[in-house]
Amino acid sequence: MIQARHVSKSFGAIQVLRDIDIDIPRGEVTAIIGPNASGKTTFNRILLGLVQPDAGEILFDGASIIGASAYRERIGYMPQAARFPENLCAGDVFEMIANLRGTSSGRDNELLATLGLAPVLCTPFRQLSGGTRQRVNAALAFLFQPELLILDEPTAALDPLSSSILKDKIRKERSNGRTFIMTSHVLNELEELADNIVFLLDGSVRFAGRPQELMAATGEGGLERAVAAVMRKPTIVCSEAA
Amino acid sequence: MKTVTRIMRYVLLDVLRNRWVLGYALFFLVATDALLRFDGTGARAIISLLNLVLLLVPLVTIVFGTMYWHGAREFNELLLTQPIDRSSLFHGLFAGLVLPLSAAFVAGVSIPFLLHGALENPGALALLLVAGVALTAVFGAMAILVAGLSSDRLRGLAASLAIWLATTVLYDGFVLWFTIAFRDASLERPLLALTLANPVDLARVMLLLQLDAASLMGATASVFQRAFAGPAGLAIALLGLSLWALVPGILALRAFRRRDF
Repeated sequence: MIQARHVSKSFGAIQVLRDIDIDIPRGEVTAIIGPNASGKTTFNRILLGLVQPDAGEILFDGASIIGASAYRERIGYMPQAARFPENLCAGDVFEMIANLRGTSSGRDNELLATLGLAPVLCTPFRQLSGGTRQRVNAALAFLFQPELLILDEPTAALDPLSSSILKDKIRKERSNGRTFIMTSHVLNELEELADNIVFLLDGSVRFAGRPQELMAATGEGGLERAVAAVMRKPTIVCSEAA
Repeated sequence: MKTVTRIMRYVLLDVLRNRWVLGYALFFLVATDALLRFDGTGARAIISLLNLVLLLVPLVTIVFGTMYWHGAREFNELLLTQPIDRSSLFHGLFAGLVLPLSAAFVAGVSIPFLLHGALENPGALALLLVAGVALTAVFGAMAILVAGLSSDRLRGLAASLAIWLATTVLYDGFVLWFTIAFRDASLERPLLALTLANPVDLARVMLLLQLDAASLMGATASVFQRAFAGPAGLAIALLGLSLWALVPGILALRAFRRRDF
């Protein structure tokens, strides 16, 4: 579905992405993992058009996304934390985004209902807690039934119940054929959900493949230990994508 | 255009519900009412009000605009992940910022005039409103330029206050120094250029030409009147103010389109 080829990006003197190639297959959950400042958020931001790459190409179903905006109609995005205009309500924001996107794809109100957002739809954001705002974020990402969902640390600010509802929703939508790109530091969570792992270290792809392959390559029994092993000794894994 | 209107509608809704904007409208309402009571309903009240407008409109617009733009950064990022291009978002956000501030100013000033029936000089009142709206557009454009170029909120605020201080207070001092320092030379053209180089001076001159009171307000205004008496002066002042809104606006748009979020 997504092919990134030779993508590089630096901010000033800091090289964040170094000539990376990443493939995101359709209908699967791909987790992009790596330590802080490894380039995972920058890659997502390039995909969303928030950051312009210095070099390289990203294709969405064969069409370049660089400088384009219409392709984002097919993407739902849940940022790690979003601040909404203080004086607007969640209902206003849902309507606003619906107006901007058009409503041709219909709406998926399931999360809105299961995350218990109905009672706060008319409450200004300034009166909502951080957790409730994050639930609004989650509902917003799924609302317009996008083909691709990019979730940045989706459960980081959610309570256990909301987190579990969201993970169930991800599983359900994956089985409906939707594609996910997730970043998270909670590797046990990714082990539960991810079909593919892209492991970034210092802006380069160190591994791309199935989680089981990473565990086999490191000789570790769990994803968390396998990742820790690569971070301790980066040379022990032969990346399939690099 | 449709996208711009849609974005603008929601920014407008957010800004209109902001207590500072309501306070801004209320301040002009009370101040205008007080001036009409104490200064009478003639040109004097309009000149007193003009001094208030020239100081306060740039200050409130540039500070509120910079802070609002910084505060909305994360939401703007979320909007940029929607299928809309950056130019449409920029125009929607800019209009959403400038329109409610302008509306608050126009309502705050014109309602007391209507209530007092002080419409002896409707041309001057209309021009006062035009000057206030033009300054809102000019300093709104400067605010988004400053906010776009400074990633740090406090630095943005400091830069905004510096611009306000330079255009409203220091500039007059500079013009005074310039006039004294070069009193033996022919100053008409340089003073004219100095007037065009400051939007606050331009707004002042524009209104004083209409009130025929240029001599009350210093050297630049009287020079401007001599050089551009009649509709030509008004047109040039309006054109100058439009350029003062357009140039920072275009620079801010350019920065917004190229920026990494």
